[in-house]
Amino acid sequence: MTKKLHVTTTINGEQTEFLCEARQSLLEVLRETVRLTGSKEGCNNGNCGACTVLVDGLPVNSCLMLGVEAEGCNITTIEGIGETQHLHPLQKCFLEGAALQCGICTPGFIVTSKALLDKHPNPTEEQVRFELSNNLCRCTGYDKIVRAVLEAAKIKQTV
Amino acid sequence: MKDFEYAAAKTVDEAVGLLASKGDRAKVLAGGTDIIVQLRETGREADLVVDVKKIPELVKYELSPAGGLKLGASVPCYKIYEDEKLKSAYPALADSARIIGGWQIQSRASIGGNLCNSSPAADSIPALIVLDAKCHIAGPGGRRTVAVAEFCTAPGKNVLQQGELLTALEFAPTQKGDGSHYLRFIPRNEMDIAVVGCGAWIRLDASGKTITAARIALGAVGPKPLFAAEASTFLTGKPATPETFAQAGELAKKIATPISDMRGPAEYRTHLVGVLVVRALTKALERATQK
Ligand code: FES
Ligand code: FES
Repeated sequence: MTKKLHVTTTINGEQTEFLCEARQSLLEVLRETVRLTGSKEGCNNGNCGACTVLVDGLPVNSCLMLGVEAEGCNITTIEGIGETQHLHPLQKCFLEGAALQCGICTPGFIVTSKALLDKHPNPTEEQVRFELSNNLCRCTGYDKIVRAVLEAAKIKQTV
Repeated sequence: MKDFEYAAAKTVDEAVGLLASKGDRAKVLAGGTDIIVQLRETGREADLVVDVKKIPELVKYELSPAGGLKLGASVPCYKIYEDEKLKSAYPALADSARIIGGWQIQSRASIGGNLCNSSPAADSIPALIVLDAKCHIAGPGGRRTVAVAEFCTAPGKNVLQQGELLTALEFAPTQKGDGSHYLRFIPRNEMDIAVVGCGAWIRLDASGKTITAARIALGAVGPKPLFAAEASTFLTGKPATPETFAQAGELAKKIATPISDMRGPAEYRTHLVGVLVVRALTKALERATQK
């Protein structure tokens, strides 16, 4: 029964092939097979957004997508958003604005916020709060996260 | 989660053949936001999961002023609210698509999936009922259609027989003087399950003052989403005023048979029906007079 399926996809710009069981989520495959552990498992049922990745540019809970559904898709994970020496403005603003404590929710927030800024380069606070409503944080109380995203939008506009 | 076989059907016939071959051991995979959780957490098992997102007719929609809307059952929610024309023609549908889960869910989840999951609290179903959608179903015995108000039968249950697949939802063309709205009551700001959900649709005469037809539907106050027939008929021929809306709200309360649970006691939910009917009609009126 546990026949492995062969999947070809693009992850962070690189063509990637993996083998997975049909029942495995994209999150499981990313973390355990592709060894990209930046995406986190919070709830594993779609509520928290810690596992958010971009699939063809759209934010998706990778715990609610099967690995095999990634065939032919273009996937961006937190590992594809910035580099240690060249942080994305969102990453810089999260760090400098203390928008994280334990950090488990952070990859998901950054990935969703990246999609948000791609769609609305100059979002209102309400847009930020609305579009980030599928990302839960147990530590920060959200305020610093929202401010970091608004700050990153400002920086992105000036560069 | 127990492993299963995965098949991505390319045509409706292929999907129906696959589903029929396994009976209730086969599950349809559209956006996956309900079924994957159910397979993982609720002990539901499948031998075969049939992905229907590669079937062209399920993932497209056609909208035209004369032909109305034919919405493939697996079109993801975000496509609905991002299409300004669709949104202004069928606002109640776009309202519900915008609040089913959050953005990550809306990237995948479909209206057809929300309907087939048949939760009594599903946000899209009252919207579909007030817009009088027709469900297109394909099965081993051929194709058939069912009015959406007849689709759900009990919590998590619907009229689909083994091997049958919902392929599309069809909506009649909108006219000048039409307006609709769906809203729900939740204690959080977003990302929650309706304590009560309410859809309203009205059609005004040329004066813009009198209602010539109306439909009201309720979610989360019965074993399935409900069409409020008496409240809807009552509005026909009445002036579109706060007084008549309040009376419609009182009539709608009569069909509510909510349970008491952690989301709210039955009495509170019934009270909310009256409140939400007025709010939904008020917004529907605003939209009907805007165009
Ligand atoms: S781990 Fe996927 S939404 Fe929480
Ligand atoms: S920083 Fe701990 S959950 Fe957000």
